[in-house]
Amino acid sequence: MCTSIVEIAEAEGMAKRGDEWFPLSQAVVAYDHARHVSAGDVITLDFFNTSLGADARAAVEITLESAKALRAALDRAIAAAEYEEAEVRGKGAPALARAA
Amino acid sequence: MAFWFRGMTCENVTLKGDKGTPITAYVAKPTGVSGKVPGVVLVHHLPGWDDYYMEMTRRFAHAGYYAICHNLYEREGGQNNPDDVAAKVRADGGIADAQMVGDTAAAVAWMRAQPECNGKIGIIGTCSGGRHAYIYACQKKDVDACADLWGGRVVMAKETLNAKTPVAPIDMTKDLSCPLLGLFGNDDRAPSPEEVNQHEAELKKLGKNYEFHRYDGAGHGFFYWHRPLYREEQAMDGWNKVWAFFGKHLAK
Repeated sequence: MCTSIVEIAEAEGMAKRGDEWFPLSQAVVAYDHARHVSAGDVITLDFFNTSLGADARAAVEITLESAKALRAALDRAIAAAEYEEAEVRGKGAPALARAA
Repeated sequence: MAFWFRGMTCENVTLKGDKGTPITAYVAKPTGVSGKVPGVVLVHHLPGWDDYYMEMTRRFAHAGYYAICHNLYEREGGQNNPDDVAAKVRADGGIADAQMVGDTAAAVAWMRAQPECNGKIGIIGTCSGGRHAYIYACQKKDVDACADLWGGRVVMAKETLNAKTPVAPIDMTKDLSCPLLGLFGNDDRAPSPEEVNQHEAELKKLGKNYEFHRYDGAGHGFFYWHRPLYREEQAMDGWNKVWAFFGKHLAK
């Protein structure tokens, strides 16, 4: 919390802890002190269900560079998914802009 | 420190925290000491009531202090893994400063009630705990020395204030009730060297009893031996500054 860089989004889906899957309520993105990666500060992604207790959490810590690569991969996958969705629903697919 | 190894006893106790909520505290009491000893209240850092802080609590007992470290995150998960609990606290926007003061007052009162305590109590924290220790020493008058180790967000922009942190700690400085030790790394960004300078200027302006030490080649958390942030030379010197400061202000 020393950096105060925290972003929170509602999340609908499931996440895995150990052998168990649990329903999600929110995703939290922060840039803060690393606890596991051998680095000073890292991007942390926490997927929670706040109604299930503190241990209903799936977490990763990744370097800033890895986070940028992940964001680019998400952007590509989401763009392709939206194209697919539009085709399936017969609403006409927009031109797919592919990232280099 | 003498070349012998003092014994200690450690246990968990339950305190009546802010608004009477039960919270757990880890205490370490030095044994084989004649007479009464000073007390130290440790305010844990953002990663929570964790292994590092339990070890730091024992380190104070080893040095002859009766030490207590209370769990500020008890309400968010109590006995759960500190890592998960701290993540939840982060998602919730941290804990309220007022609640922290109430919980810490309970730890100070517990220590003051111990027959082995000499009546002098120091407070120390690192990271968010440094900020919290400073707030406590400004809002209460029952500690005799305060050590703020790289506490971030002492200087806060107005737009970052909220219901949990309604007042920037730097604006509480006029009420600082005891001597202050500050240790900072010059490569830190939270607090940045500029923010440390602002804090020092305020202390100086108000004629407060303080000593700040700044370390080149160190950033945030340079005492954390288990993290790549660790800086051996600066950490060892910093610990010596802590022993000298508490030794001077908590003796009776």
